Amino acid sequence: MTAAPGGPAVSADGLTKHFGDFVAVDQVSFEVRGGEIFGFLGPNGAGKTTTIKMLAGLARPTSGRGTVAGLDIMTDTRDIKRSIGYMSQLFSLYGDLTVDENVAFFTRLYGVARERRAARRDWVLEMAGLTEHRRRLTAELPLGWKQRLALGCAVLHEPPILFLDEPTSGVDPISRRTFWDLIYSLAEQGTTIFVTTHYMEEAEYCHRLALMNRGKLIALDTPTHLRTGMQEPILEVRVPDAPRAVEALTGAPGVIEAGMFGRALHVAVADVAEAEATLPARLAEHGVAVEGIEQITPSLEDVFVARVRAEGGAPVD
Amino acid sequence: MLNWMRLLAVARKEVTQLRRDARSLYLAFLLPALLVVLFGYAISWDVDNIRTAVLDQDQSARSRELLDAFRSSGYFTLTTRLERSADVDRLLDRGAVSIVLVIPPDFAEALDAGGTAQLQAIVDGSDANTATIALGYAGAIVQAYSARVRFQGSLAQLPIESRTRVWYNEELTSRNMIVPGLVAVIMMIIAAMLTSLTIAREWERGTMEQLAATPVSRAEVVLGKLLPYVAIGLIDVVVVSVIGVFLFGVPFRGSVFLLMVLSLAFIIGASGLGMFISAVARSQLLATQMAMIATFLPAFLLSGFMYAIDVMPAPLRALTYLIPARYFLVVTRGIFLKGVGADVLRVQGLLMIAFAIVGLAAATRVFRKEIA
Repeated sequence: MTAAPGGPAVSADGLTKHFGDFVAVDQVSFEVRGGEIFGFLGPNGAGKTTTIKMLAGLARPTSGRGTVAGLDIMTDTRDIKRSIGYMSQLFSLYGDLTVDENVAFFTRLYGVARERRAARRDWVLEMAGLTEHRRRLTAELPLGWKQRLALGCAVLHEPPILFLDEPTSGVDPISRRTFWDLIYSLAEQGTTIFVTTHYMEEAEYCHRLALMNRGKLIALDTPTHLRTGMQEPILEVRVPDAPRAVEALTGAPGVIEAGMFGRALHVAVADVAEAEATLPARLAEHGVAVEGIEQITPSLEDVFVARVRAEGGAPVD
Repeated sequence: MLNWMRLLAVARKEVTQLRRDARSLYLAFLLPALLVVLFGYAISWDVDNIRTAVLDQDQSARSRELLDAFRSSGYFTLTTRLERSADVDRLLDRGAVSIVLVIPPDFAEALDAGGTAQLQAIVDGSDANTATIALGYAGAIVQAYSARVRFQGSLAQLPIESRTRVWYNEELTSRNMIVPGLVAVIMMIIAAMLTSLTIAREWERGTMEQLAATPVSRAEVVLGKLLPYVAIGLIDVVVVSVIGVFLFGVPFRGSVFLLMVLSLAFIIGASGLGMFISAVARSQLLATQMAMIATFLPAFLLSGFMYAIDVMPAPLRALTYLIPARYFLVVTRGIFLKGVGADVLRVQGLLMIAFAIVGLAAATRVFRKEIA
């Protein structure tokens, strides 16, 4: 039940989902190759979760086609569920069951053969670092541990494809890092990973990235290509009063877009040399002193903002 | 096709969760016992110890004889003796007594003269049921006393003498009818209430999403969840029946095995209804309330438990055919009191099985795993 050799692990062709009048996912098409970590990046409400649910057989597309492991997402949802692991955005294991009981339950639901169950359970507990806590009620565990357990329960049946919907939302940075180590080790063992996120730094870990906004796919490439392929150069301007500086630069000649980025400003400009010459004066007019200005490699956020602008829309949030 | 490993995994998970949920445990094991004890004591349709006032204007041996006949019947308790007829209104108005017997001054005189004496009975008709029964009893007592007076010392006989025998519930105690009925009513409520929580809980806690992402089928979830609750239901039937027999002294004349088999069919149906509600409601609070309305009132009012179905208006009577408790009520009363067998209860059994199949099919059908 794996994809035909050479075929994509996941494919979407004009995938669309309507909720009444609202178009959650609009004509989305892409292919995910076997063994890659494929990221879906976009703000909340961009349609990432709906896309993942359609692929995982949890929601029925309004129109369009798709395959997962070579199986049709319209007709073969039962078989698809055997070939994938799925981890939802919100923790959705049983809080009133212990770690062991959750693992045992999902092992059986996934139809893991009796003689393999103990080995799979031990492997998952080890991977999630929960061997010591296997008799604790799941509800009592910290969120980061719960997420690792959820990941473990999603791979009990060793699925070739894993869907992770914002697996690290709300988790502290260290747990997030540990979680991504797990994702990498699964990918190294050949698992195809389809992951959604709205954390830009997480997006960098992906082999390829699809940018999504307002239900539409607005870019798809490797993180490096996305950044280097950006048309406009980006200047980082360090100022004491960023909000006021954004106001001063918005609509200024030679400035395509100015936005806050941490405590500094990222400014997309038409011409670097000209901008470096004129911006400090312009800011000074508005009473903002410039502490430093330099050209930088665009971040994914810069790319995202630029792509949304190119599409002529504002990101939803 | 059903996969037993998955079905049993769901059942097992449900049991584990149930063990840790005090509220469900209480609902499953304590409430049925509590209800049967409560209702067993509280509900009674026996009319006895009717509070009675007497205005005896005759004060003769005859009038005392008649009052003794009332007293010794056990149905009437003489609570008040009145002196003036003006007091009658006051007593009835306050509801202090239900019936007032007025014996006129010439009572004994008329009897002894071989004529017809008058006795006035004034009844509080605001409770029509009790009033009718009280009048019936009073009439019978007066009739018997009249016969005694007329034929005293003579060899004459009444032209017809009726010899009545009551079967099944020899003493006509309403409790013997109520307790087996309670088994049906309570099981309907408990089975539906318990299962109404199960699917709604998965939606509410978000666990449905993970469940839906696995290859488990809808039928496996519904049947797997059903299994433990059906077992609990059968235990409850035993508990409630044992309380009925040993605490309330209700006779049990039929086959325990037959009761369990038919209970099984009934509980599957009631649980299926609960599941259906649970799948529709998606919230535990709403589901419990819907289950309560869908089971409590119909089981109480339309099953034949409270009111005889034969005397209901035609539209209501037609409605009772949709209430499964109606059939189970015939089963419990039949097995407890009459000791009837499968030959008599065949139709009820088949109808309950039909209800179970419809209930489960509806629950499975309406239970969509799509997570939008």
